[in-house]
Amino acid sequence: MGPAEEGRQKAGGNVANFRSSAASSLGKRGAALHVSSVIVILSGAARVSRPPCRSVVEAMKRYSALAIAREAARYHRGWERAWASPEPKGDYEIVIVGAGGHGLATAYYLGRNFGITDVAVLEKGWLGGGNTGRNTTIIRSNYLQDPSAAIYEKARALYETMSRDLNFNVMFSPRGVMMLAQTEHERRGYLRTVHANALQGVKTEFITPERVKELVPIIRIEGPRYPVLGALWQPRGGTARHDAVAWGYARACSAMGMHIIQNCEVTGIVSEGGRVSGVETVRGRIGCRKLAIVVAGHSGRLAEMAGFRLPIESVALQALVSEPVRPVLDVVVMANTVHGYISQSDKGELVIGGGTDGFNNYTQRGSFHHVEETVRALVETFPIISRLRMMRQWGGIVDMTGDRSPIISKTPLEGCFINCGWGTGGFKAIPGSGWAMAELVARGTPGPLAAPFGLERFREGRFIDESVAAGVAH
Amino acid sequence: MLILECPFCGIMADETELAPGGEAHVRRVGPEGSDEAFEAYLFMRRNPCGVHFELWRHAHGCGRWFIAARNTLTLEVYGTYPAQTDRPPAAIVRAIRRRVPGWEWQP
Repeated sequence: MGPAEEGRQKAGGNVANFRSSAASSLGKRGAALHVSSVIVILSGAARVSRPPCRSVVEAMKRYSALAIAREAARYHRGWERAWASPEPKGDYEIVIVGAGGHGLATAYYLGRNFGITDVAVLEKGWLGGGNTGRNTTIIRSNYLQDPSAAIYEKARALYETMSRDLNFNVMFSPRGVMMLAQTEHERRGYLRTVHANALQGVKTEFITPERVKELVPIIRIEGPRYPVLGALWQPRGGTARHDAVAWGYARACSAMGMHIIQNCEVTGIVSEGGRVSGVETVRGRIGCRKLAIVVAGHSGRLAEMAGFRLPIESVALQALVSEPVRPVLDVVVMANTVHGYISQSDKGELVIGGGTDGFNNYTQRGSFHHVEETVRALVETFPIISRLRMMRQWGGIVDMTGDRSPIISKTPLEGCFINCGWGTGGFKAIPGSGWAMAELVARGTPGPLAAPFGLERFREGRFIDESVAAGVAH
Repeated sequence: MLILECPFCGIMADETELAPGGEAHVRRVGPEGSDEAFEAYLFMRRNPCGVHFELWRHAHGCGRWFIAARNTLTLEVYGTYPAQTDRPPAAIVRAIRRRVPGWEWQP
């Protein structure tokens, strides 16, 4: 991606994003190779050179500047629903439980990379209404361990071209992500991460407090409790519009002929002779040859239906947004010591994320004192926000594993696969996670991205320990 | 905000006064345990959506460990009892059954 295009994306990205990718799928592919050449090698170049499923390009009514002009001329009466709401068929080749970002991305890459379109995505509520619509939309890939860096960087690279790939403006804004080092321990940890990232081909650098102040003029670097000693800076990290990611994938999946079925809660998993054969839902039994469970905080419940346990605990994680203000912050700042993450949305609201609760919870409500701690720490770091009123606060149920790394794995039930454990940081991983999960489900064996994230790693003691590098902050 | 009664000092303790300790009644696996049993002991959790038993320490109080019987879906608290108890006391089981008819303790 050239500097000019990069500038456009940073400025909002609409022009670049609305350009047709139908005619230029080869050119687009070239761009993807250019920006993510390192990761393309990691994850297998053959996959990338495969042509997309043709129906994606043909069946979808394309969004473009021309389409906006055409619709403007007839009072915008010609827009169609972005995706269909079909009645469920009796059976499908693959059923995916969970129409959040990860589930829809899995479906999309099953179609695009493997040409499998006899797929249903079942959702108990509404599309993207779980953690996909509840996170703080941070995208970064500055992880310590190689398997993490590979999958998160794959995801970040896919975000770069997602608007064009999906012909849907997901408003990816690579504004830069900064993780503050506020203790000596943290500073050393981030220096180690920077060196690891250099070896992994992930572009990050450790910047001085002066540079931090230059990038974020509203920050107070001198303390009092936690002075800023530097920061881990990933210039190509950023944010995207979370709902648009789900909607864009849903539209592309629907165009490929896949069924997205909302208000369809799975109540049981049917198996025959140790092999999955379908699911019981509130809308009747739906048969399938393969089942993919992608339900984040509710993974434990689905696993119970399938007859196995997971190394997962579900806890609440909270976020809040302030009233909108004029632009004050054009990067993402994460302060992991004090559990506060902050960025400014396009509407001007400050989007703030906090820490997780210490106890199991399925209510999508967290404890107030976590919000209080987060806000207290952020007011100390950014004194000008002290008089802002907070508009909304909400919680989501996140699925925490023992090593804080995800699970993309086969399960004890034949034909049943699971993608979970993204914990507090799943949004950034959506495209990479879907890519790796699609490969696992289509082939029955994990590809290079998913292989290290198998369930068996807990038995083998082969952890992908991100607790030190990432802590609760994702 | 979670408020639990410490069974030792009888104080209704606010969550900020307590430290969470994870799932209760997990049986430690000895040297004779298999890999599977050890994995289950270390990592595999019930993570129930409903009745749950959880260890807490009255960290900013008497400092002792106790178990809370809670519901993770409704955030109801059924009661608390000392951690040195290998199964939920009868009074706790009755309190749970009043709210969740037919509930059975599964070790």
